[in-house]
Amino acid sequence: MVQLTLPKNSRITTGKTWPKPEGATNVRKFQIYRWNPDDGKNPSVDTYFLNMDECGPMVLDALIKIKNEIDPTLTFRRSCREGICGSCAMNIDGINTLACIYGMDEIKGDVKIYPLPHMPVVKDLIPDLTHFYAQHASIMPWLETKTNRPAKEWKQSIEDRKKLDGLYECVMCASCSTSCPSYWWNGDRYLGPAALLHAYRWIIDSRDEATGERLDELEDPFKLYRCHTIMNCAKTCPKGLNPAKAIAEIKKMMVERTV
Amino acid sequence: MADVNRGNRPLSPHLTIYRPQLTSVTSILTRITGNALIVAALLIVWWFLAASTSPEAFARADWWVTSLLGDVVMALSLWAIWYHTLAGIRHLIWDNALGLDIPVAEKLGWAVVIGSFVLTLITLIVVA
Repeated sequence: MVQLTLPKNSRITTGKTWPKPEGATNVRKFQIYRWNPDDGKNPSVDTYFLNMDECGPMVLDALIKIKNEIDPTLTFRRSCREGICGSCAMNIDGINTLACIYGMDEIKGDVKIYPLPHMPVVKDLIPDLTHFYAQHASIMPWLETKTNRPAKEWKQSIEDRKKLDGLYECVMCASCSTSCPSYWWNGDRYLGPAALLHAYRWIIDSRDEATGERLDELEDPFKLYRCHTIMNCAKTCPKGLNPAKAIAEIKKMMVERTV
Repeated sequence: MADVNRGNRPLSPHLTIYRPQLTSVTSILTRITGNALIVAALLIVWWFLAASTSPEAFARADWWVTSLLGDVVMALSLWAIWYHTLAGIRHLIWDNALGLDIPVAEKLGWAVVIGSFVLTLITLIVVA
């Protein structure tokens, strides 16, 4: 259900302001969401200052610099630092993206960093993605076949393979789903853009033989039809994919198979 | 992870920190105009009902509907009708899985916003 305000335990307070670097001329201000599960306090926004002459260009570079040099308790996920693992997805400057491939030159003014929106927070910038992953698993993200296994491999024409472009590249960073107001209000039952993009990826795979079952599974007022084409998903996807389009294609297939 | 208290996790902020997008604002406006038009429709129903009730009742309703406030409400409703219609057409395009690439979708968004104002002005000039 729509709840515009945050629950009591989630309201954000003003946090600590950390000292500015000495002797630096090119200083940038960072405002970062903090929450520690162990101190029993509400979340807060801490303020940090970095000398940008000694910092890499990406938001992740700044986060690592803060963690290394100012505040080792700052907690966030990161791994590949090149936009392929999807770990460092967070809300930066009001949109969801990957910290590792988002340049700070794209941000005007202070750098504001929050965890992915409307998610339970594990600590600081780390959201609990358990439910998100379960939704992905629910769409059967694998090849379902009924015919006998071929001697060598399941073959696919070049044209059919092309249909998977723009879908298979998804790294499951959850930026899209957590940018979607529909997912905010109905995330318990609405599958969200990421899971639906993956659903479509298997629906149109020429080798898959469970298309009907997959569509049956999505024929539901909440799972699929909570998408109202708000398009925050496509706008924010750090990989430039378009979940809104994939969802529209599923809806279209639903109509086509009944007429 | 057995010792982790999962019960008291805060909810990360959403509406207050997410930057409004052209597509998201035009989307919520579709819903707002749709709901506002229900109220406007009720106003008109009241006007008609009053006309069929008695001259005094009509005089009262007519005074409200044709007052300055009434004019403002009607002009805004006119804009809401045009906006909601254009946004509806945009949804029909989208339902064919067309115009969903971000640059096209944003152009459609501007077309809906600008189109609604232009059509409202034209209607006002023609009617008034």
